Amino acid sequence: MTQPDINLSPKPGDEVRKTTCYMCACRCGINVHMKKGQVAYIEGNRDHPVNKGVLCAKGSAGIMQVNAPSRLRAPLKRTGSRGSGEFEEISWDEALDIAVGWLKPLRQKAPEKLAFFTGRDQSQSFTSFWAQNFGTPNYAAHGGFCSVNMAAAGIYTMGGAFWEFGQPDWDHTKLFMIFGVAEDHDSNPIKMGIGKLKARGAKVIGVNPVRTGYNAVADEWIGITPGTDGLFILSLVHELLRSGQVDFDYLARYTNAPVLLDEETRLFQRNEDGKPLVIDRRTGKKTPFDEKGVRPDLTGGKGKHLTVFRLLADRFMADEYSPDAVAGKTGIAAERIRRLAAEIARVAFKEPVVLPIRWTDFRGETHDTMTGRPVAFHAMRGISAHSNGFQTCRSLHLLQILLGSVETPGGFRFKPPYPKPSEAHPKPHCKVRPGHPLDGPHLGFVHGPDDLALSEDGSPARIDKAFSWENPMSAHGLMHMVISNAHAGDPYKIDTLFFYMANMAWNSSMNTEEVIAMLTDKDESGDYVIPHIIYSDAYSSETVAYADLVLPDTTYLERHDCISLLDRPICEADAAADAIRWPVIEPDRDVRPFQTVLIQLANKLELPGFVKEDGEPLYRDYADYIVNHMRKPGIGPLMGFRGKGGDDVGRGRPNQDQLDRYIRNGGFFVAHVPEQAQYFKPWNDAYQNWAVDLGLFDAPQPYLFQLYLEPLRKFQRAAEGHGERQPPDYLRGQIREKLDPLPFWYSPVSEGLEDNGYSISAITQRPMAMYHSWGSQNAWLRQIHGSNPLYIPVQLWQEHGFEPGDWARLTSPHGSMTAPVAPMAALNCNTVWTWNAIGKRKGAWALSSDAPEANKGFLLNHLIHELLPPKGDGLRWANSDPVTGQAAWFDLKVRIERIPGDAGPDPDFDPLGSPVGKGPVELAWEVGND
Amino acid sequence: MNPAPSVILFTVASGAGFGMLAMLGAGMPSPTGWAAFLLFSLAYLLAVGGLAASAFHLANPKNAVKAFSQWRSSWLSREAILAIAALLVSAVNAFSSVFFETVLPVFGWVGSLLSIGTVLATGMIYAQLRAVPRWNSPLTPALFLAASLSAGALLTGQPIFAVFGLLMYAALQLAVWVHGDEAFPRSGSTSSTATGIEAEHVSLFEAPHTGSNYLLKEMVFRIGRKHASRLRVIALSAAIAIPLIILFISTSLPALFLAGIVHLCGMVVARWLFFAEAEHVVGLYYGRNA
Amino acid sequence: MTDLPQNTGQKLGLVIDLDTCVGCHACVVACKGWNTENYGAPLSDQDPYGADPSGTFLNRVHSFEAYFDDAPAQIIHFPRSCLHCEDAPCVTVCPTGASYKREEDGIVLVNEADCMGCGLCAWACPYGAREMDAKAGVMKKCTLCVDRIYNENLQEVDRVPACVRTCPAGARHFGDLGDPESDVSKLVSERGGVDLMPEQQTRPVNKYLPPRPKDSKAVMHGDSQLEPVATEATGLIAWVDRMLEKLP
Ligand SMILES: Nc1nc2c(c(=O)[nH]1)N[C@H]1C(S)=C(S)[C@@H](COP(=O)(O)OP(=O)(O)OC[C@H]3O[C@@H](n4cnc5c(=O)[nH]c(N)nc54)[C@H](O)[C@@H]3O)O[C@H]1N2
Ligand SMILES: Nc1nc2c(c(=O)[nH]1)N[C@H]1C(S)=C(S)[C@@H](COP(=O)(O)OP(=O)(O)OC[C@H]3O[C@@H](n4cnc5c(=O)[nH]c(N)nc54)[C@H](O)[C@@H]3O)O[C@H]1N2
Ligand code: SF4
Ligand code: SF4
Ligand code: SF4
Ligand code: SF4
Ligand code: SF4
Ligand SMILES: [Mo]
Repeated sequence: MTQPDINLSPKPGDEVRKTTCYMCACRCGINVHMKKGQVAYIEGNRDHPVNKGVLCAKGSAGIMQVNAPSRLRAPLKRTGSRGSGEFEEISWDEALDIAVGWLKPLRQKAPEKLAFFTGRDQSQSFTSFWAQNFGTPNYAAHGGFCSVNMAAAGIYTMGGAFWEFGQPDWDHTKLFMIFGVAEDHDSNPIKMGIGKLKARGAKVIGVNPVRTGYNAVADEWIGITPGTDGLFILSLVHELLRSGQVDFDYLARYTNAPVLLDEETRLFQRNEDGKPLVIDRRTGKKTPFDEKGVRPDLTGGKGKHLTVFRLLADRFMADEYSPDAVAGKTGIAAERIRRLAAEIARVAFKEPVVLPIRWTDFRGETHDTMTGRPVAFHAMRGISAHSNGFQTCRSLHLLQILLGSVETPGGFRFKPPYPKPSEAHPKPHCKVRPGHPLDGPHLGFVHGPDDLALSEDGSPARIDKAFSWENPMSAHGLMHMVISNAHAGDPYKIDTLFFYMANMAWNSSMNTEEVIAMLTDKDESGDYVIPHIIYSDAYSSETVAYADLVLPDTTYLERHDCISLLDRPICEADAAADAIRWPVIEPDRDVRPFQTVLIQLANKLELPGFVKEDGEPLYRDYADYIVNHMRKPGIGPLMGFRGKGGDDVGRGRPNQDQLDRYIRNGGFFVAHVPEQAQYFKPWNDAYQNWAVDLGLFDAPQPYLFQLYLEPLRKFQRAAEGHGERQPPDYLRGQIREKLDPLPFWYSPVSEGLEDNGYSISAITQRPMAMYHSWGSQNAWLRQIHGSNPLYIPVQLWQEHGFEPGDWARLTSPHGSMTAPVAPMAALNCNTVWTWNAIGKRKGAWALSSDAPEANKGFLLNHLIHELLPPKGDGLRWANSDPVTGQAAWFDLKVRIERIPGDAGPDPDFDPLGSPVGKGPVELAWEVGND
Repeated sequence: MNPAPSVILFTVASGAGFGMLAMLGAGMPSPTGWAAFLLFSLAYLLAVGGLAASAFHLANPKNAVKAFSQWRSSWLSREAILAIAALLVSAVNAFSSVFFETVLPVFGWVGSLLSIGTVLATGMIYAQLRAVPRWNSPLTPALFLAASLSAGALLTGQPIFAVFGLLMYAALQLAVWVHGDEAFPRSGSTSSTATGIEAEHVSLFEAPHTGSNYLLKEMVFRIGRKHASRLRVIALSAAIAIPLIILFISTSLPALFLAGIVHLCGMVVARWLFFAEAEHVVGLYYGRNA
Repeated sequence: MTDLPQNTGQKLGLVIDLDTCVGCHACVVACKGWNTENYGAPLSDQDPYGADPSGTFLNRVHSFEAYFDDAPAQIIHFPRSCLHCEDAPCVTVCPTGASYKREEDGIVLVNEADCMGCGLCAWACPYGAREMDAKAGVMKKCTLCVDRIYNENLQEVDRVPACVRTCPAGARHFGDLGDPESDVSKLVSERGGVDLMPEQQTRPVNKYLPPRPKDSKAVMHGDSQLEPVATEATGLIAWVDRMLEKLP
């Protein structure tokens, strides 16, 4: 019997082009196998620091993204009314002229009338540079509705955050606790890390109302009641403090726990240089915290002086945080909390990881070993997307720090350019001078009322009201407030809304239906209330239909990009790394890379920073900018292959071969952190010096972890009536209460909601195989997630008599909608959930109008409002965190009713016109061999 | 399983056709001349027509000839070979009976046996499938044979044999249903064995795809119990009871023929149920806990 | 060809760890991508942008919910592809000889040039591992990436199936299950790897590692709790002071 002859060695392609994936913010390295100039297969790049060869479903489906029929084909000028989807294709010359026609007069007269917001932008250092040179204060990216609580709490507290800015020490952790994560930006690294823990048999604990994904593989699952993580965490803190199971040495050396507080102002006691003071145990004297050899005393000389530690012991040892007190609200039994505290303490203190690495700290003391507490934590939007998220994230950092597990072996580690104290970040700038650049970067970290972005009259200077008294520490801006504020003309009217890759007319807005109404609303004279809308998307998304001018972008394989240390690089804890994208294929449509379009606009507008004195352009296109732009002397977007011969790292003159060198190197560059600099980075001389050499900062900047956050205390003091800048009266209470310098817990849900029957939490999760709205245009991915049921806990399912095939009507104080349902047992018994952003508007994404996404898929966003229901005080309070302005997506509470059988979608929107036509009826995408 | 019309038509028609050939070959009756022409034509029409219908079920019919190659292991291959052999051998007898008015009993008998073999092979195609517990039983080929011979007897005008065949078929069909309704649980396949997860209760939480696929279309077809029992009654009446009543009233040729037509209609329903009621164990992966 | 080989040289297959699989579908899409471009006809999709999209995939990831004694319900992600059975019913039923099991390594393949698209093999497979391609009209199934694992155009490390190479969690392992000394065989014996539907008597080569016990006493580490050193802050401060005094 003979077997057929088969070709066991087909060539995967005739060439491999290595670039960076774009299907999410994880930014994995990819090998694009090409056949005759076409993309044949995409796989992970084994040498890449982020993904080391693996690739997720979205990344592997990139080929379907690049051939998607929804790709925009040419610049579009609106011909029908807004929302009709009727456009005319125009030339780039015409498109740029239209844009310049709107923007030029604004820049000359009132630059703030341009609001430029960029969604899930991976070039923020560039787009913000553009906006700064335009001169508008109204720039931000999507962080405000995403996870600014996480970023701000982390950076203010520890000089670095979870998100993708740090990672558990996967190789040494013995106990890993993950709070409120479905997927996160560090998609592949988290999966690889969990795989490592599983292979080593380390324990994983998942804290999440829903047990899917990472929580499904967790060895222990804590199905917490949404919004109560802070309580749970602080009760662990309570147990640890009561039993003395905290790392006192670590607290004394590396945190502000021993810092002395002024009894009256509760501000730090400082010396003349402004250095916080501690009691030196050796001398018993007040001494600046960073003096050589100082041994800070946690208890302030046996309790004679008020230290941060005393304050926090007071707060967290109180009964309100005892396991018994929190069990009811959190839904976690008191015994279980006690057991978990014991387990954490045992692993941290009985099973420490000791690495034989010598290192020297910032006080000049040399340590023979690095001792770590192998309990690592990670968290994301499950704790941050609540209106108590900032304080909850702070609570988790407090727990980590008390255990001594931040930046120690087995704990949580920062990725360069972190650690970086909040003081080392810029402060927000908002000074407008027509015809001139803004006075500095838009976004940053405020340290007190003086840093707020307020106008002369005390009103918010920015259209999104970021850095105002409503949410003073809104470090990422508040993209979710832009449309409603612009529509309301509050704090002022604008002329042009300029969006880039944010689907604001659909899944990225709260209250989608009303947002659509605002975008299409006209004033008495019949003009749109928001006069001009420019939008750059690569695909036929819902938002395209609402733009007056559409600037079609390339796909990720058709352009240059740079994943820069100046913004969100691809570093790992043991290495600084950055990367590029480059056009591995040429566009077959009349589209242009958006960054290049911005440069072309800047050249026409003659923006400083983009043109020479004589008006000659500095940069041809984005590639030229990436190579030749310098933020500071020697420091540009990319750190690798700098200098004449390309041998300089971090600092060096521009090198015209830089992009080629990156391409030859696999599309990225890595600079490893030396061994003795791997841990204790904020206080480690070796690390600080390495970071300075690399250009991450200009001088060593060791700092203390801020358990007590003094800037918050400054806001409280203002609310108490101290200082020049005073909050409006209606906000004084909120600021006094919520801007507490020590973490605490408060209910994120408006009072009275539960009494009115809105007792069920409704939340969303990211599906691992979909990226927000863009997966649905992908022929492969949409077969996996083409519709989304509302998952209902079995108890509620039975109570309401649901049957398979039924739908439910969901009602929130704000509105009502329908959804198909499915039962689930591994779910908090008072929570319903669904996959995020599967629901689509009919007519969008080149899908047919009867597509399941538009008929069974649904968005919870219809039930979520950017404002809370009226409280009867005549004011409308924002549905966001009072510290950072973070959108509180997960505070949603609903009522639920059964609808027997298929109810169909409600709200049901009219189909949008498609500017790109429809997709083919069959696909068999083979590039083919000869 | 998906009750595909082509397969239902194929099995019913070819079953009847080969049943007729089996009867004719065995000399029950032994027509010659025009009578032979009519009967053999009908038999060939059914048998060959059925086979042709089955070709519609092939996604890639150009390779159909290769189906003769695997007689050593494949019942489908055996069926194909037997069917061709039965048709060819019977053709000799038919040709001689029609044109030379001479019955050739040796060819007749061999053709008859080959026809029976064909029908049994058809039954074995289904019976061998452990993955479809309802079919995975010796009752399946017996059922196919009884149905085939009943139709053959009715259409060749053999009342006694027909009554006998119909009663046999009735008994087997009932046995098949009784056996079949318990077959899945008896097979031992459960969501737990399918996934290797040993737990008190294992059920599908989320399907691997919201879109459709071949498996769902082909194998995860499911019919409601109420609907099924109604169809069983219809099938029993049309395929067995009514033909028997007709035979009871008259055994004239037209009556027999009428009974045959009614029987075949009933068989279409019965065969539809044969597929529609059969649960494939792959359903366990799609939340069909059988 | 439809006879099964008496004994295959190797028994190449996958070991899938249900304790580690996070259900990300990466393996599903990597498989689709590789096999659309390589072995045989491309894996097609029908109505890809319409109301009823469907398509051929050789690997699918299900999620199951399971209840264990005295523990909260669990979700278990379950990848499913061909198990390259030793007694492969899909092979013996095939009338054309298109389906076969390779003698040298036990991989079960469809020779598309011979397949007539009757679908019988898919009926015979208990695991739903075969999908007929609606466009090409031939039967498709996991090839164990036979065109990767021996591929001389790939680096040695990359000579593994596409799904294994891409799995971010490392839940998929590839190797020779006929060799008791291989890594995969050891993993199977350490973790108690199981056959799917053994009652179907297919003798699968692929093995599944069952989820480890969760939420159970075994992982909860007893009911210990911490001994208090103080019940309120002043007590703690005093205790800390005493403790620090003991330090050098
Ligand atoms: N209910 C609910 N709503 C949520 C959330 C939630 O958890 N629950 N999460 C919120 C969060 S955190 C976020 S970040 C937002 C995300 O919301 P968005 O940022 O709006 O999400 P995307 O769907 O990614 O939309 C981005 C747009 O970018 C376009 N795009 C894709 N690639 C390119 C490209 O290469 N160039 C250009 N120019 N455009 C491109 C897409 O076509 C799409 O229209 O959603 C928010 N909305
Ligand atoms: N595949 C994929 N990856 C993505 C994205 C995507 O769309 N698809 N989007 C990217 C973006 S923009 C972002 S912001 C990140 C977000 O990454 P994640 O934060 O992981 O995203 P979410 O899906 O919002 O997950 C929130 C999780 O918190 C849980 N949760 C909700 N409320 C609570 C609570 O009160 N307590 C606890 N403990 N848990 C709670 C939810 O069940 C859910 O599991 O993901 C990024 N990565
Ligand atoms: S996680 Fe997936 S989508 Fe995100 S960059 Fe990596 S491969 Fe691409
Ligand atoms: S899993 Fe199915 S297709 Fe694969 S060898 Fe076994 S029976 Fe055949
Ligand atoms: S579909 Fe093809 S491989 Fe399967 S049994 Fe039929 S001929 Fe053989
Ligand atoms: S081994 Fe290859 S063909 Fe089989 S499931 Fe994995 S990727 Fe697909
Ligand atoms: S790639 Fe790995 S983790 Fe993801 S679904 Fe497949 S087996 Fe599971
Ligand atoms: Mo986000």
